[in-house]
Amino acid sequence: MNLAEGVQFVSLVILGGLMIFSALGVVLLSNIVYSAFLLALTFISVSGLYILLNAGFVAAAQVLVYVGAVNVLILFGIMLVNKVEVFSEVKNAWVGKAATGAVCAGLFGLIGTMVTSHPWAISTAPAAGDKAIEVIGQHFFSDFLLPFELASILLLVALVGAIVLARREFLPDLVAPQQEALTLPERPRELVAAGVRDED
Amino acid sequence: MNPGIDLQGSFVRALIDLGLPSGVAKTVWLPLPMLLMLVVATVSIFICVWLERKISAGAQQRIGPEYVGPIGALQAVADGVKLIFKADITPAKSDPWLFAIGPAIVVIPVFLSFLIVPFGQNLVITDLGIGIFLWIALSSIAPIGFLMAGYSSNNKYSLLGGLRAAAQSISYEIPLALSVLAVVLMTNGLSTIDIVNQQSGYGFLGWNIWRQPVGFVIFWISALAECERLPFDLPEAEEELVAGYQTEYTGMKFGLFYVGSYVNLMLSALIVSVLYLGGWSFPIPVETITGLLGVSESAPVVQLLSASLGIVMTLIKAYLLVFLTILLRWTVPRVRIDQLLDLGWKFLLPVSLVNLLLTAGLKLTFPFAFGG
Repeated sequence: MNLAEGVQFVSLVILGGLMIFSALGVVLLSNIVYSAFLLALTFISVSGLYILLNAGFVAAAQVLVYVGAVNVLILFGIMLVNKVEVFSEVKNAWVGKAATGAVCAGLFGLIGTMVTSHPWAISTAPAAGDKAIEVIGQHFFSDFLLPFELASILLLVALVGAIVLARREFLPDLVAPQQEALTLPERPRELVAAGVRDED
Repeated sequence: MNPGIDLQGSFVRALIDLGLPSGVAKTVWLPLPMLLMLVVATVSIFICVWLERKISAGAQQRIGPEYVGPIGALQAVADGVKLIFKADITPAKSDPWLFAIGPAIVVIPVFLSFLIVPFGQNLVITDLGIGIFLWIALSSIAPIGFLMAGYSSNNKYSLLGGLRAAAQSISYEIPLALSVLAVVLMTNGLSTIDIVNQQSGYGFLGWNIWRQPVGFVIFWISALAECERLPFDLPEAEEELVAGYQTEYTGMKFGLFYVGSYVNLMLSALIVSVLYLGGWSFPIPVETITGLLGVSESAPVVQLLSASLGIVMTLIKAYLLVFLTILLRWTVPRVRIDQLLDLGWKFLLPVSLVNLLLTAGLKLTFPFAFGG
């Protein structure tokens, strides 16, 4: 094992451990802010794994999209509505937890068997490396065109939905209870006290 | 293209000639450029702080620092020593872990981004294929540090400052990335070396600032907002928020924010000079000068001179931009948070989209001038 392979191996072990423990922390910690920060750590370690796989562009995109955008928005959401609320104890809460645990263990077993039983045909072609951007681009505009366009439509729908949600709070004001004839809908204003304009 | 000086090649060859195996020789080389870049980034803080103090003083008709070192040049060292020896206080009801990690998360990506800043054809730590994209990705990590610092301080001003910083970073990242994309479109690649080489044809007439004037202005405004420089320093607006997310910080933890902001300023100036001002290229191409003087371009002395000229040119352009930001700081009043977000989303974003569209159209119509 030469130096480069040794460094790769050590990085793989560190990144893998970091990813597993931070992912466990996301699920198991009760403080949601810690969970969100650990989620960022998980994403970063995934991007580290991409770097080990010679996929630099995917790694940077992972950091930009998941850490820089998704995770920051999650944190933003948590911090803007960080309402401390004491929830009342639910009776027999362990049933739900046990069921969740069983489902998770089942899923883990299923995926584990799939991973071990699948004959992974590892490509012997050299990694694209720095040419990866061109390869990805060509795929996007040839055989992956439909998913690419569908994803953009999905984003457009989300954008329109966000705008509709953000503008909605003005609607109840517009629906005035009794609209007098020949008036335009207007928000109620505070009445200016008489005498204020005396100084003009 | 002129291959320039290959320091790595000559260094490794010299070590191999001394009898070291080639693997060891390359390993010995590896940390050297990184250390050098760290030193460059750290020294740039001192220069930036000194410039900031002196130019601010000039703008306000004061003298500024003058006793610490020659013409006050060591003032930043004095500040740093003071920060190191200050008591490191963690507020009682804060979250000690997040409080300590926050500043580090702000600083580390900034230093990492120096990986891709070129000072010459081979004077760069790594010529990554994703180049400039790495900088955009890394700079998107900083808001997490701001949020972490703001949240863990357990102080409403800190939290507001952190939220503002994150909102500001997210909204100005998009016009920033779109104006970089227009440059990338003309270069046909993301590598910073390619971006400079594509501009180096006709001296200063070939620089991207002439072909991307709108992109340059958008990039500059967004970079100022990303650095939280004065027209956009809302996260730490001292009249409204005490000092934003830095309120509870003291000692070297505050020092890290300070270091991060100045290194980020320097980094942004370097990136602007690479993207729009021709990086290390001299206003008149070196090839033309050597042709006029009748010396060979590959002569060792000429190579050495042109490499030094490249480093000096990059730094001159970057510090000129730093000077501009400091002048802007004392010229332009601070915007309000709603004006800031309006400017980002309703003005810069549409304009940068149109700029991208225009660049693509011009590239198809005039492929010779827009890198077809």
